[in-house]
Amino acid sequence: MASMADVRETKLPGVGVRHEFTTDDGEHVGVLVHRDGRRELLVYDRDDPDACRWMLSMSVADTRTIGELLGASRVTEEVDAVVRQEIEGLSIEWMEMPEGSPAAGRTIGDGEYRTKTGASIVAVIRGDKTIPAPGPDQAMYEGDVIVAVGTNEGLVRVREILRT
Amino acid sequence: MLIAAGSAEVALAFVEIGAVTLGLAVLARFAGWLGLTAVPFYLIAGLGLGEGGISQLEDSIEFIEIASELGVLLLLFTLGLEYSESELRSGLRTGIRPGTLDMLLNALPGVALGLLLGWEPLAAVLLGGVTWISSSGVVSKVLSDLGRLGYRETPAILNLLVIEDLAMAIYLPTVAALIVGGSLSSTVVSVLIALTTVSVILLAALRFGGKLSDLVVGGGNEALMLMVFGITVLVAGLAQQLEVSGAIGAFLVGLALKGEAAERLLRLFEPLRDLFAAFFFLYFSFQIDPGDLLGVAVPAIGLALFTATTKVITGWYAAGRIGAAPRGRLRAGTALIARGEFSIVIAALGASLIDGPELGAVAAGYVLLTAIIGPVLTKFYDRIPVPARLAARPSPAPAPTSP
Repeated sequence: MASMADVRETKLPGVGVRHEFTTDDGEHVGVLVHRDGRRELLVYDRDDPDACRWMLSMSVADTRTIGELLGASRVTEEVDAVVRQEIEGLSIEWMEMPEGSPAAGRTIGDGEYRTKTGASIVAVIRGDKTIPAPGPDQAMYEGDVIVAVGTNEGLVRVREILRT
Repeated sequence: MLIAAGSAEVALAFVEIGAVTLGLAVLARFAGWLGLTAVPFYLIAGLGLGEGGISQLEDSIEFIEIASELGVLLLLFTLGLEYSESELRSGLRTGIRPGTLDMLLNALPGVALGLLLGWEPLAAVLLGGVTWISSSGVVSKVLSDLGRLGYRETPAILNLLVIEDLAMAIYLPTVAALIVGGSLSSTVVSVLIALTTVSVILLAALRFGGKLSDLVVGGGNEALMLMVFGITVLVAGLAQQLEVSGAIGAFLVGLALKGEAAERLLRLFEPLRDLFAAFFFLYFSFQIDPGDLLGVAVPAIGLALFTATTKVITGWYAAGRIGAAPRGRLRAGTALIARGEFSIVIAALGASLIDGPELGAVAAGYVLLTAIIGPVLTKFYDRIPVPARLAARPSPAPAPTSP
């Protein structure tokens, strides 16, 4: 699974949140999420890097349609629900199970992630299959992408457990 | 029947209110057609209908006065609603420097002009407030109408507006206390009381805002609106009694409400705010004699041109800090030129001062000009000649953004 681009997030007081990243081709792309759930897809201008060359306004339903067409997984929505509550100090992170990880082949319960780190694993993504809300007897393997929610310190510790 | 008793007067009042509101509707439509805010047009309407104007209202004036007071409360209440706590924090973190520059560049010219005109210092300080604060309402509407919310310089503009609005939470109660005046020691005491009250309400808002939101959000829309309207007006009244501006009380109530409650309330209160705020602008310029406005035309125009330039510099600096290129920085600067509701709220505070009428006239002329120049320049920013030296200068490295 190709790694995700680095997404920067900027708050727009009274409007919503803007996420932006640079595509592999060097295009600067943004998504503006309005408070009411409307979204704008933005493509920035190469000559005037702050202005948008192209813009698409989408209702919540349009967003879902485009997401499906682009092959986004269901996990995004669930994650969205967590993030939208904007709980102070709570973050979400996608991490890949590294090769040779001692946690590979073991279940979530075996790893005692919640007890040790306070963070919860909310989904496991394996290839194009997503296992949302996995139970404690869910096994994880090398190459799985693990989606965890917790404090920043907690997430760092989850990453450490997966690696060593 | 109770209502029928005073029917002749009531009928006249209804006719006046109805006719005036219809007139405002036509103006709002005209402004929308031009792509401008309706505020300057309301002010012009008020000039024509008020003191020294072509005709005067007789029977509805009391209603319009109360409606205008409620208009200020609702303007500030909805403004507070729009900001979430985390936005305030990130705004404060990134905005102190541009906010300080904004104050120095834009408030000082107003103060200086007031003093040059030979006004009492307090009136000059109020004029400084008038020229300081950009209109959040006009700026965000213009950005959204022009489809520029997604532009990269926009957060710099919005953060500056947050800082200005927060600065008002200190400025308004302080000048309100100063206006009440008295001896030096009693003035110091009343300023301290005002600032303490604001801090207490602000802390309570941040601490218990979540609980308050949960508490009010329970029932249907009707109960929600009535309850929050009641709380807002009550807090504003109590704040007013403590010589703190009631408007700031309403602002803080708005800040306290968050999440789902804030979103529903914004939708519920927007129409109410628009109705009452229209009366506020109208009533403000009722009190201005059109003759006075002509008398202050030269200082008002000079001030508008000068502080339009200083706002462009402010925006240029703020957008540069987040790594915007020259064109983006110019867009940010022009977007900030428009002054509006807050400037009028500030000028209205000084109505009781000796130089109050002249302050009101300058403020009205000033807002008329900037609220029209601002959006027009924002739209046609690319026709503004920029010195080649500035345009070619590379922007500073983008500031690190928080993850």
